[in-house]
Amino acid sequence: MLRHILRRLLLAIPTLFVVATIIFLLVRVIPGDPARAALGDNATEEAVDQLREELGLNAPLWEQYVTYMGDLLRGDLGTTLITRQPAWEQIEFVLPYTLELTFAALLIALALGIPIGIITAVKQNTPIDYAGRIFSLAGLSLPAFYLGLLLMYFFSARLGWFPAIGGGDFDDIGDNLKRLVLPAVSLGLIEMAYVARMTRSVMLNVLSDDYVRTARAKGLTERIVLMKHAFRAGLVPIVSLIGIFIIGLIGSSVLTEEVFARPGLGKLMVGASKQRDYTLLQAIMVLYAFLIIVINIVVDIIYTVVDPRVRYD
Amino acid sequence: MAQATTATTANQQGDAPQIELISQRQRAWRTFRRNKAAMIGAGMIIIVVLIAITAPLIAPHDPIEQSTINRLEEPSPDYPLGRDDFGRDVLSRIIYGTRVALLIGITSVAFGGILGTIMGIVAGYFGGRVGTTIMRLVDIMLSFPDLITGLLVMAVLGAGTTKLIIAIGLTMAPRFARIAYGSALSVKEKEFVEAARALGQRTRIILSRHILPNVAGDLLVLASLWTAQAIRLEASLSFIGLGVPPPTPTWGQMIRDGTRYLTDLPLLSLAPGLALLFTVFAFNLVGDGLRDVLDPKSR
Repeated sequence: MLRHILRRLLLAIPTLFVVATIIFLLVRVIPGDPARAALGDNATEEAVDQLREELGLNAPLWEQYVTYMGDLLRGDLGTTLITRQPAWEQIEFVLPYTLELTFAALLIALALGIPIGIITAVKQNTPIDYAGRIFSLAGLSLPAFYLGLLLMYFFSARLGWFPAIGGGDFDDIGDNLKRLVLPAVSLGLIEMAYVARMTRSVMLNVLSDDYVRTARAKGLTERIVLMKHAFRAGLVPIVSLIGIFIIGLIGSSVLTEEVFARPGLGKLMVGASKQRDYTLLQAIMVLYAFLIIVINIVVDIIYTVVDPRVRYD
Repeated sequence: MAQATTATTANQQGDAPQIELISQRQRAWRTFRRNKAAMIGAGMIIIVVLIAITAPLIAPHDPIEQSTINRLEEPSPDYPLGRDDFGRDVLSRIIYGTRVALLIGITSVAFGGILGTIMGIVAGYFGGRVGTTIMRLVDIMLSFPDLITGLLVMAVLGAGTTKLIIAIGLTMAPRFARIAYGSALSVKEKEFVEAARALGQRTRIILSRHILPNVAGDLLVLASLWTAQAIRLEASLSFIGLGVPPPTPTWGQMIRDGTRYLTDLPLLSLAPGLALLFTVFAFNLVGDGLRDVLDPKSR
């Protein structure tokens, strides 16, 4: 087990290396002079030149690459172009907000999506199934920002139950949670549609398996057949999908953070894209890649724990 | 598409059973037609397309004509959805927005489809180091959420309609590549490809005449499903402010602009959102029906 985890971690290094290289090259393709972009059109030529020197932009590309990779290996994500602060400082501030949002939304998505998926699979081709399928397809059609707006309109603007915008302070946990409710619900409900669809399809496969038929033929009650036989077997593929769910949530959270003006990694990335702060953009993308790889490894480990058939020796 | 035929018996007159020969394509169409939801979706798509085509005829006003003295006007018989913060007619802007959504949705999927299919077929047919490199790249691209890839590409390319199509197309390409790769792998071992190779046909001809037609069917079906996602992604990027530049009306941009007046004039952002939901839902309904035709087990 430990060897397997170590192997996965070692295999992740070249992937991260390739991703970092692609991002490095992509960002260098951005047209225009980053130093000029950072200082604005009114800056003098000397000031722009000085900044270019400071940023190491006058060095040849390979030298910039070596410096960048060297910094990355030491865990240094670089300095942002606009604010001239370490990129990590900005990321460190917003990261907890994104993680909190993603985690809360995941709980909502799983808590509602899995039961709906099971029920629609069991009641296949009945009105309940049709309603569930249409409902989840509508969820997949709804962009996360639109549901966020609807919730904001009803629960903030009309009813005044929750604050409309902002992320709150982690020191005031009550206020923080209050501001988390609407974003997490809007993000969670969209992802729930996806979870329900996946669970339904997994359960349909399981329900047609021989051992489920045998369990029924033995005369076991439907409840036991479902919960003890079918659900347990269905849980394994569902667990393996959690990684995909989380990555989907991280993507959609960009929009949710935008709607609710919540600090977060997505909002930071949107800002960096608009301001063309390419060092910050680079840092965020590398972090996203790192998060995606870590999530996949963690899910892989959980998978081996849940499914005793999977052994990597 | 292979011209395989299936026999279905139809007991018509007397003892002699008549055998009706139908092609795979006809059978697929029958399966699709039986799916009510998919048929409703197809009807919805036709409505959307008609709106886009006839926009100049049915839109009551000019979608970009401003009138600052009439800004933020409440809905009235003349302006059923009111006017936005530049005094422009919201309904007309929604109608014209249909054009942008369809244009970008369809062209970006076409672009991504062509690029991805070439990548997939080349990787599948040649295999080896080329294939592995392409597919590793595809896997890396697929592991990132669409929106984040789209955002990065838009940041690199800058704003603009063509750039938006490229950005969305690039997020779609790896999906096509995955499917095309799998199909190409299985098709390349078939006898007719071997025969073509034995006859000394050039690789380019083998790829385009033998491999591509056998891969195209599945890809076209999936293209309809991914059009829904492309339209959703276009709206999302426009909502963020990295879409088609103003004053061209786009639903995402309208929703964004309307949020400032959510309390007093909710229709400003909620109405274009409904148009977006309607369109994406329609494509998803059809895509779902088509997928059932491809893979009956998933029903």
